[in-house]
Amino acid sequence: MNIVVCVKQVPDTATERKLRSDDKTLDRDAADGVVNELDEYAVEEALRLKEAHGGEVTVLTMGPDKASETIRKALAMGADKAVHLVDDALHGSDALGTSYALAQTLKKIGFDLVVLGSESTDARTGVLAAMLAERLGVPQLTFANKVEVNGTSIAIQRVTDYGYDKVEAVLPAVVSVVEKINEPRYPSFKGIMAAKKKPVEKLGVADAEIDVAQVGLAGSWSEVADFAAAPPRAAGTVVKDEGDGGVKAADFLASKKFV
Amino acid sequence: MKLTEEYEDLRKTVEAFARDAVAPVIGELYEREEFPYDIVRQMGRMGLFGLPIPEEYGGMGGDYFALCLALEELARVDSSVSITVEAAVSLGAMPIYRFGTAEQRAQWLPKLTTGEMLGAFGLTEPGGGSDVPGGMRTTAVLDGNEWVINGSKAFITNSGTDITGVVGVAAITGRRADGRPEISTILVPAGTPGFTVAKKYSKVGWNCSDTRELAFTDCRVPAENLLGERGRGYAQFLQTLDEGRIAIAALSVGLAQGCVDECLRYVRERQAFGHPIGHYQAIQFKIADMEVRTHTARLAYYHAAEKMLAGEPFKKEAAIAKLVSSDAAMDNARDATQVFGGYGFMNEYPVGRFYRDAKILEIGEGTSEVQRMLIARQLGLGDL
Repeated sequence: MNIVVCVKQVPDTATERKLRSDDKTLDRDAADGVVNELDEYAVEEALRLKEAHGGEVTVLTMGPDKASETIRKALAMGADKAVHLVDDALHGSDALGTSYALAQTLKKIGFDLVVLGSESTDARTGVLAAMLAERLGVPQLTFANKVEVNGTSIAIQRVTDYGYDKVEAVLPAVVSVVEKINEPRYPSFKGIMAAKKKPVEKLGVADAEIDVAQVGLAGSWSEVADFAAAPPRAAGTVVKDEGDGGVKAADFLASKKFV
Repeated sequence: MKLTEEYEDLRKTVEAFARDAVAPVIGELYEREEFPYDIVRQMGRMGLFGLPIPEEYGGMGGDYFALCLALEELARVDSSVSITVEAAVSLGAMPIYRFGTAEQRAQWLPKLTTGEMLGAFGLTEPGGGSDVPGGMRTTAVLDGNEWVINGSKAFITNSGTDITGVVGVAAITGRRADGRPEISTILVPAGTPGFTVAKKYSKVGWNCSDTRELAFTDCRVPAENLLGERGRGYAQFLQTLDEGRIAIAALSVGLAQGCVDECLRYVRERQAFGHPIGHYQAIQFKIADMEVRTHTARLAYYHAAEKMLAGEPFKKEAAIAKLVSSDAAMDNARDATQVFGGYGFMNEYPVGRFYRDAKILEIGEGTSEVQRMLIARQLGLGDL
């Protein structure tokens, strides 16, 4: 089975993140880049599927040169090879543009299964898996907390507010995973050393036959009109329990329409 | 000094592991003085127990510096976890890898390198520490094709866990021509009749590390359990200890760095007299001093490791690294506790744990006095 995992480099959630004042895109130099956490679950799930069913795991990332760190991490975890879509023309692409660019690349490199995290911790649109599936014309199985492959069919448990749905499809397909689907492995030093020798193919927009009019800031359908720093958190309400703490807490929750 | 990409990736991986998998659980384990079996299993899967050992024995094919980087990152969060790896690799697996026969390597290394089994090394005795070999009392006598071991060992790390597999025991196996004791190392599998492990010591620090006294009473093991050449035991552990000093230096730097990390967080949050306490010079200077000690100690151990890996003499550099690093750890732990005030004296804050864990660094793997002795000897003052 030919599995492609889409991974994204995002700014470390533990650091202060900000947007650039000039083009309102993410300031990637302001924070350390890390692998989007949910994508680590996707890599782990892909590796487990490969271990169970055989095949090959390819990492696909779209991002600047610095995103090669993210590729290295996924390769160190055990992926076999990587494709790095890197081109200045892609800078500032919104979810539509990104899904188009990735879909073009996926058509070029081929796949039986695409696995990715259900959202990224920076943009948090959470729509990429659906858009990708649509553009590729394959089934989408999103928000999976369990994935099973049987021959050419695939079944997932799709997490919902009320529990889960069982969703089945025929490969090829796109699967997005939620956290806790597995416990991502830490790369071993052997894996880290081996990652250096694994093939990483760099593609530009021309290589992937991407129409530049549909990507980048100019090609994006959505636009960041304005942004502001999050206001500092207001001080909370302290309720002192003088024998009536339960009533006060219930009143507070009722005032917020929680109960 | 810039780390190569591989070293930096390893450092980051262990940093993330220590932060995400060790930090959330270690406080409670420490309180209960429990050996961190689950953390050991996870570190085994990551290959930390096989870092400097070739892949053919289940290792990671890295080097001793890789091990040191991992030890530093672990000790930034907890020293018990770090010393468990240090002792298992540096004292348990490395001597077997370095001095063992093909059979001994094949028998023990694949399990030691994966952390499935822990190794230990018994050198220090209740009545003899820095004065080995003169102060050593444990004997091993060849009786037919078996060694018969009698004596006891003290403060032996990893010697009594559920997964302890083998202990290298240094013992007197005869007298040399010059009358001095002939020392050899013999591998004693856990569970061998006549080999008993006492209950865990009650210690000031390193509470999650397994440290015990060992007793040997007519303990018999096959003659082929001799590690390396007969009579080479002293030379073997001198080499083992030289390397081990760099590892303990790395661990000490980790503790010193952990103090800086914790203080930087705390002094931004804690308010006094209308400002975060980090606003005040009394605190800033303390933290600057802590950073200086950590940084210089790290350079010292990097340098010692570099010389060692280059195959150059490194005895003096290792001793310097061990001395400055353990001083840095001790000084930083004291200052960090002071910065935290009353909370520094509470076990629920990591700095209190750091304070308790720091003292042993001036004692284990050669006391600070022994390091000074070694440095003076390397300067040619040994024969005056």
